[in-house]
Amino acid sequence: MVESIPDLFSPGEEFKNNRHVFTVSEITREIKTLLEGSFGSIWVEGEVSNFIASSSGHWYFSLKDRVDGVDALLSAAIFSRATKDVKFKLENGLKVICSGKISVYPPHGKYSLIIEKIEPKGIGGLQLALEQLKAKLEKEGLFSVEHKKPIPYLPAKIGVVTSLTGAAIKDILKVLDRRFKDAQIIINPVKVQGEGAKEEIAQAIEDFNCLNQGFSAGEKVEVLIVGRGGGSIEDLWAFNEEIVARAIYNSRIPVISAVGHERDVTIADLVADLRAATPSVAAELVIPRQEDLRQRLEELTTSLKQDFSDAVISFRGQVIDIVHRLQIAADHAWEISANRLGANVKKLSLLNPVVKLDLYQIKLQDLARQIYVRAQHFVSLKDSVFKGMIESLSNLNPLNILSRGYSVTFRLSDGKIIKDSQSVSMGEEIRTKVYQGEITSKVTEVN
Amino acid sequence: MAEIKFEEALKKLEKIVEDLENGDLSLDEALKKYQEGIELSRACSSKLDNAKKKIDVLVKNKKGEFEFKPLNETKSEE
Repeated sequence: MVESIPDLFSPGEEFKNNRHVFTVSEITREIKTLLEGSFGSIWVEGEVSNFIASSSGHWYFSLKDRVDGVDALLSAAIFSRATKDVKFKLENGLKVICSGKISVYPPHGKYSLIIEKIEPKGIGGLQLALEQLKAKLEKEGLFSVEHKKPIPYLPAKIGVVTSLTGAAIKDILKVLDRRFKDAQIIINPVKVQGEGAKEEIAQAIEDFNCLNQGFSAGEKVEVLIVGRGGGSIEDLWAFNEEIVARAIYNSRIPVISAVGHERDVTIADLVADLRAATPSVAAELVIPRQEDLRQRLEELTTSLKQDFSDAVISFRGQVIDIVHRLQIAADHAWEISANRLGANVKKLSLLNPVVKLDLYQIKLQDLARQIYVRAQHFVSLKDSVFKGMIESLSNLNPLNILSRGYSVTFRLSDGKIIKDSQSVSMGEEIRTKVYQGEITSKVTEVN
Repeated sequence: MAEIKFEEALKKLEKIVEDLENGDLSLDEALKKYQEGIELSRACSSKLDNAKKKIDVLVKNKKGEFEFKPLNETKSEE
């Protein structure tokens, strides 16, 4: 079964008589008038969500909250001319208090809060901005201890980035008057607050680094003091700016920050290689007291003299020691040489021809003696032979025979021994030798 | 001795004292160092007595080059 479907679009009796049809534009305009007219300038508190920073410089986001379990959402926008007054970074989740006007945008049929002023809830906007930038730079490592450069001792050239008319430069120069003046101060004057201050400060730091490139090693600016005298947090704000923080971080010259008073800690202080509580303190850190230097110099001079005198004493000791050793060594060498000389003299004397002559002489004498002995022996031998012969001879001596009665007869004429009777002739005279005397006879008979 | 910076002279003097303390120098070297040290000490002392302050203001000229001006001049210009 098909039931008849009622014609929903056919106007009923009640519409037919008193109907007004709005155009979209009309109704939108009426809403716009109603909304914009009835609220005026209002303050709204809520949490930021769906944040978008458009390329045109306007910021769009929603403000939302939840009360008694019911969610509510309000579109919001900050136009570019107003964004530059916002010191902190808008983020989703941030609780804010905004002042502005409700505005209807007909083309989208949407209403939004057009914000003129916005503050984070709880803390001031500047404070939040500081916290946010701090967190960001810390994450990037701009505050890291490893990046901090040592501050030179006794810098000869000190660069100062501050205002020429401010309290900081007066304080620094006052310190210089009181202390050791042998340092060159170079001031790079900058605005320290207001429009353009942050750019000037950053540029001045860069200028010093640039200037240093033209200087030889001994002429370089060795340290920078960047700062200003005391003031409100807004006055000091330039030193909380990212551009200044980065300039300090990128500086190849060590930077001492000196902003305001002891209690003021800026981002510049966190990035700087050293934070001085005040400009005076900064100057005192790099400009030493004359008395301290004089004392140091005296200490060094005393040490110098003492050390030198110690060195001389030590050298003298060494010399005495060496001389002593030299003496011992010389004595030893002398002894060795003397011994050697003695040995050689001995050897040489053995080789001396005189000694040889002596030896020959001894040998000669020896030989002579031998000859003598042998000769004597020979002589005595001959002598005994001779004596034997004499004895035998004496045995043969005819006289000995004569003594026994024999006789020898000689011819008188020639003295010849007569062994044959025939050798004599009658009448011849003969002489007969007998043992005792001789007899001369005449031959009277020969047989 | 040529013009030497106080800081440099003090550093040199410190080094010399250190060298002498280490004591491995020849007598000639030690003597030379000692003489140099005494000269440095005198130079430092005279610097301490005669130090004069020198304050300049860094300005960029129209060409963008750096120039130094005495502080007084800069102040009077303002």
